[in-house]
Amino acid sequence: MSQFVYLYRRPDPLPPSPQQMQERLERWTAWFRSLQEGKHLVERGLPLEYSGGAVVRNKKGNVTDGPYAESKDIVMGFSIVEASDLAEAVALSKGCPVLEDAGLVEVRPIMKFP
Amino acid sequence: MTLDDALFRRESTRLVAALVRAFGIHHLALIEDAVQETLARAYETWSFSGVPAHHSALLMTSARNRLLDSFRHERTVWTLVPELQHRAGDATDPEIVGEELFLPAALRDDELRMMFSCCHPRVPEDVQVALILSLLCGFGVGEIAGAFLLTEAAVAKRLTRGKSALSASRQLFELEARDFGARLEVVHRALYLMFSEGYHGAGEQGVIRPELCTEALRLVRLLVERAPGATPATHALAALMCLNAARLPARQDGDGELLDLFSQDRSSWNAVLIDEGLFHLERSASGAAVTRYHLEAAIAGHHALASGVGQTRWTEILHLYDELLRLEPSPVVALNRAVALAQVQGPEAGLKALTGIHDADRLAAYPFYPAALGEMELRLGNLDAARAHFTRARTLARNDGERGFLARRIARCSELGAAVLPTQRLGPSTS
Repeated sequence: MSQFVYLYRRPDPLPPSPQQMQERLERWTAWFRSLQEGKHLVERGLPLEYSGGAVVRNKKGNVTDGPYAESKDIVMGFSIVEASDLAEAVALSKGCPVLEDAGLVEVRPIMKFP
Repeated sequence: MTLDDALFRRESTRLVAALVRAFGIHHLALIEDAVQETLARAYETWSFSGVPAHHSALLMTSARNRLLDSFRHERTVWTLVPELQHRAGDATDPEIVGEELFLPAALRDDELRMMFSCCHPRVPEDVQVALILSLLCGFGVGEIAGAFLLTEAAVAKRLTRGKSALSASRQLFELEARDFGARLEVVHRALYLMFSEGYHGAGEQGVIRPELCTEALRLVRLLVERAPGATPATHALAALMCLNAARLPARQDGDGELLDLFSQDRSSWNAVLIDEGLFHLERSASGAAVTRYHLEAAIAGHHALASGVGQTRWTEILHLYDELLRLEPSPVVALNRAVALAQVQGPEAGLKALTGIHDADRLAAYPFYPAALGEMELRLGNLDAARAHFTRARTLARNDGERGFLARRIARCSELGAAVLPTQRLGPSTS
């Protein structure tokens, strides 16, 4: 088994209605539950702020505000999962609710040694 | 933990109402922003961590702090409303604001006072309903637009208009106010409209449509719980909502197609709601005044109590429609009366009453007018005329449920093409 990080990326969303918040919360809850039931969930991870962060570019302390990449898709959270290989980690990520909100999942293998 | 499936809508309503009560309705815009941001952060963090046990208290504290931050940021002068100043002493101490907000007795009245404030007589009815859906039911602009077949821009305009009227009023409506009775009538009307829109409305099927009925029922229950609002007319309104809502699950078949009263599976009517409705119907009879709600509740009661179409007390129902027509003359009431008349005196009398509706031109876009004409012709054995009416009705149908229903009626005309017996059926206007 290998471990992978899911980086959830998404543009800063339009303000959702309370009902949409509810539906999103329910989708995320169901998503984590399904990973857990399949014994794939290592860490639910954490959500991240869309703004208010900084990018430190060099030792002189040149700091810029976000966006943090050349992309409008900001990392809004991450999780750690376990899968037999990249193909399985990718297949699992297809159930992620961020995909329903114009976002994407970046699947990155965690480096290990030996 | 299992989640209340309307948790965010409920919390949104509760937070807005409580903060408006504490800080004043003139801060409505800032309050709504603070609540929106609080809930948005909550759902994102809870997506990862799960919903905490004391989420209501957490949300209230967080929304209050966010609001106080925005007051500071915008250099807004704020104080607590006078009634809270009286109890809190120092009206600018945030901790005291918090305690005051959590007092259960105060919380209970917040929603009612907001409901009465939304129903200001100088605000048009459609704006009142939009305000209630936004502030008391927690629906978003897109959801309200979907329910009323309006554009989002049109709904946003209504809400802006209504909210600026609300903000200008500076104070929430007092439940002890002298004009309580007059305002209660406006509230009744708005809740009735909301329920009717959910029940008879024309929208394509969406999440919110049955929710309109559920929410109207929830709000009318709030009204009957509290002494000043629990008038006979309120009980009548509650009765009519319960008794009609009880039949909601039977109004569609498995494919979402409309079923008229004659084809519904009565065993799927909600017995608990029927009991609740009959309880309110009994309570509604204590006053001298008879409102349209009394009459409509009584009609719904007759349907709910009948074990079948043949066992329905159509003569009583016809009398009730006669009274309703005197009280609230409208072509839709006249249409329903004609349908009841046909049950008592036969399809010929029904047909005559239908064609005699003097403002029938107002029904020009209403599919159930030609549908009712079709039913009468069908029962009289005039299959060609019936088919023509149903075909016309289908071109007016506003959603797939109605189209499916009318397609079946057209097919029925063809089936009977060679048959002799007219069927005993009616349009769904009485469903």
